[in-house]
Amino acid sequence: MNTATASPPETSPSLKARIIGAPSAGPLLVLIGFCVIFALTNPRFLATHNLSIILQQTVIIGVLAIGQTLVILTAGIDLAVGAICVLGTIVAGKLVNLGYDPVLSMGFAVLVCTAAGLAAGGLVSGLRLPPFIVTLGILGILTAALRLISEGGAFAVRDPFLSWTGNTMKLGGFVLTYGVLIMFTLYAVVWYFLNQTKWGRHVYAIGNNPEAARLVGIPVRRHLLSVYLVAGLIYGIAAWLALGRIPNADPNAMQTANLDSITAVVIGGTSLFGGRGGLIGTLIGALIVGVLRNGLTLAGIDPLWQDLVTGILVIIAVALDQMSRRRN
Amino acid sequence: MSFHRIRTSARSKALQAGISALGLMLGVAFGAGSASAQEVIVGLVTKTEVNPFFAKMRQAAEARAKEKGVKLIARAGKFDGDNEGQVAAIEDLISAGAKGILVTPNNSSGMLDIIKKAREAGVLVIALDTATDPADAVDATFATDNFEAGVQQGTYARKAMGDTKAVVAMLDGTPGGTVDTFRHDGYLKGFGIAEGDPSIAGAAITNGAQDKGQVGMENLLSKNGDINAVYTINEPAAAGAYAALKSFGKESDVMLTSIDGGCAGVRDVKDGKIAATVMQFPYKMASMGIDAVAEYAATGKKPSGFVNTGSFLITDKPVEGLESKDTAWGLENCWGD
Amino acid sequence: MSFETNTETPPHVVLEARNVVKTYGHVTALAGVDFELRAGEILAVVGDNGAGKSTLIKALTGALHPTSGEILLDGAPVHFRGPLDARHAGIETVYQDLAMAPALDIASNLFLGRELRAPGILGSIFRRLDKKRMREEARRAMSELKFRLPSIDNAVEALSGGQRQGVAVARAALFARKLVIMDEPTAALGVRETGQVLELIRSIRERGLAVVLISHNMPNVFDIADRIHIMRLGRRAAVVTPKTHSMNDVVAIMTGAATA
Repeated sequence: MNTATASPPETSPSLKARIIGAPSAGPLLVLIGFCVIFALTNPRFLATHNLSIILQQTVIIGVLAIGQTLVILTAGIDLAVGAICVLGTIVAGKLVNLGYDPVLSMGFAVLVCTAAGLAAGGLVSGLRLPPFIVTLGILGILTAALRLISEGGAFAVRDPFLSWTGNTMKLGGFVLTYGVLIMFTLYAVVWYFLNQTKWGRHVYAIGNNPEAARLVGIPVRRHLLSVYLVAGLIYGIAAWLALGRIPNADPNAMQTANLDSITAVVIGGTSLFGGRGGLIGTLIGALIVGVLRNGLTLAGIDPLWQDLVTGILVIIAVALDQMSRRRN
Repeated sequence: MSFHRIRTSARSKALQAGISALGLMLGVAFGAGSASAQEVIVGLVTKTEVNPFFAKMRQAAEARAKEKGVKLIARAGKFDGDNEGQVAAIEDLISAGAKGILVTPNNSSGMLDIIKKAREAGVLVIALDTATDPADAVDATFATDNFEAGVQQGTYARKAMGDTKAVVAMLDGTPGGTVDTFRHDGYLKGFGIAEGDPSIAGAAITNGAQDKGQVGMENLLSKNGDINAVYTINEPAAAGAYAALKSFGKESDVMLTSIDGGCAGVRDVKDGKIAATVMQFPYKMASMGIDAVAEYAATGKKPSGFVNTGSFLITDKPVEGLESKDTAWGLENCWGD
Repeated sequence: MSFETNTETPPHVVLEARNVVKTYGHVTALAGVDFELRAGEILAVVGDNGAGKSTLIKALTGALHPTSGEILLDGAPVHFRGPLDARHAGIETVYQDLAMAPALDIASNLFLGRELRAPGILGSIFRRLDKKRMREEARRAMSELKFRLPSIDNAVEALSGGQRQGVAVARAALFARKLVIMDEPTAALGVRETGQVLELIRSIRERGLAVVLISHNMPNVFDIADRIHIMRLGRRAAVVTPKTHSMNDVVAIMTGAATA
């Protein structure tokens, strides 16, 4: 770099610089690294069947983590992800088992999840309560409500539409469930809104510096409300995907989904302080967790190592984030 | 620009350091646990890692696997109700090429699809401790007959109380769980009353945990001070109930009984805190499971049906007409510490 | 001074305040202040702490509502309900904390809250941003202001304090149609960077915009201002020019030791 002679030409950064500078480059390297190690340990790891399994296992947390990413980008946090998603499975399952139309039932369940997201957003933006406390409260309320609605127990949900997302299709020798395709589609759509529209810019701006966002005329409270609403909608879709994976509504399910989704987001390089990071990282983060769990089992290693390695990755990710923030 | 460079290079250095540290750890782990391709792999999928019952099951499975020369891969859900975790574990074990999978299903209906898939892939699937619904979804079930164990508990309580008019409190585990339902219903049968009987003063959810058992018991006692018989889902819940009873000064007036056979529970029976408990045998389930998979791998022969691994009433105050063992025997055969 | 102005045609007044009063209970922040900003000038507003500088600026930008008095933009009375109203009227403000999203790049910050959408259905239906055009406009704005930046794609947090200030000033210049208000733009800067920012302020004036500069830094004020509005005790104590008065004179007026 010849900074001495003149200012460098004003061009867009080169492709190489973009890839190296991209926030998801680190997580991607980690993911590839683990894949290489596991492939070397057990050739079964790379079997298309196994890779497809990993994707299927990533679907629920992967989709929940989309909503979680949006909330964390606004410098919030959502502890109620799992509870809202379970609410969706139970509402849809209950209605279908009572004989209602499955499409309408699922639609209504998604609506209920969206309303739950809206409630969280309303408390955060309207009453200016901390997201941590609001979503903790909603988690508690829903945990009790779920027990009441489901009369305590889990129940089977046998309906072709509700479990449709678990059906498989072949894609060039690769067996995928519709759930996996829906996950990728959701990532693409939300990525577009986050990176290519005003709405997404403003999500970053609010997470980065809410006061600045207000001063430049962004309706901060309304925007926050929209973020929680979209997150709730996504959790509702995740409920459909969950029913495709396990045709069963269980009020006790997904108790760690909040921490698991936060883990995916953080490993993916999104800052818990808001305004930095993105969805591609989150997808990679969710895949890292899935690959670790599957790969360790295939290698015959106690999967407790997965928790340990995941824990280390979380700390490394947060430390890197702190370092880069402090430097600026 | 240069600033940016510096930043990314510092970041990637830190990352590299992190990755190589992880690689090192994994290397150590692989060195310790690498499986060879010809080995017979047995998967064990328990409900959670933390419960001593499942810890005992796992220890027994590991010991037996070593004796039989098979490779055990153990997985567990993260919490009671982690269906997704158990489903993923079975998927991974199929991928790993397991010959047989021993599973204690969290939730009887949630696991059916993946169990079917496993069996279609030629994997022997045995349910341990908890039956599936329908029971023939798996090749075989090695378990305590929890209903029978509940009956033993209830029968003992009723007989030991003689002619006293009963006021019963039910300290349940996790509502809707298969085991919970069997034990609960068994107790009522053994006690000779039906669900909804006016002598039932109330029920509380304990999740099988001591703290919640205590809170539940306290609340039930506040509601009805005449309670004189207490069903508990397991011994930790019973220990919590005992603490509550003691704080109300009623520990000697109440017929407190339980199920499980954990060593702490048997000691509580010995100390007179719990009148009686029904012991079950997790190590038997596990070692029988390993034997069955080893047999299947060698000869292709599959076990079938429900195999009761048995349960014994443990008490130092036996009642007439009901078989029981004393706590000395109990302490020799209990699990956990 | 009155002698000087009387010989010329009265200059066009862009923003004017007449007898503005602002009280908070028993506390009087503005005690009937007058204010006059002429087209194409740099007007410095100086005063001791508590003299009412920032209250005056807030009243002018709609951040607070005066208790009484009048504000006129281009001779017509205006009632701003908030900063957004003032912005829509063509008044841009550079806040002391710059109002930037540090992790976003320069172009995104320039257009924050006023993003450009792609033409055609891409923009109208798919709401797609026109990132390319925003980058080009940002580049053009920076070069028009003769402000050099390493790259328009850098995150704002990767810039030096002076460069950040430059971006904030450029944003104001890009969108202001009438005037730009700057709150202590050089407060946190070193000597060289201060010089760059003063240059920027001059180039804004060259573009025909009027500038209100709130500053504590007397040498800067004397370096750049056309006129100096001196606040004291919630009133305008005097308006002087760097040509007719010295720094000591201004300080004396500020502290009440002298009158104009």
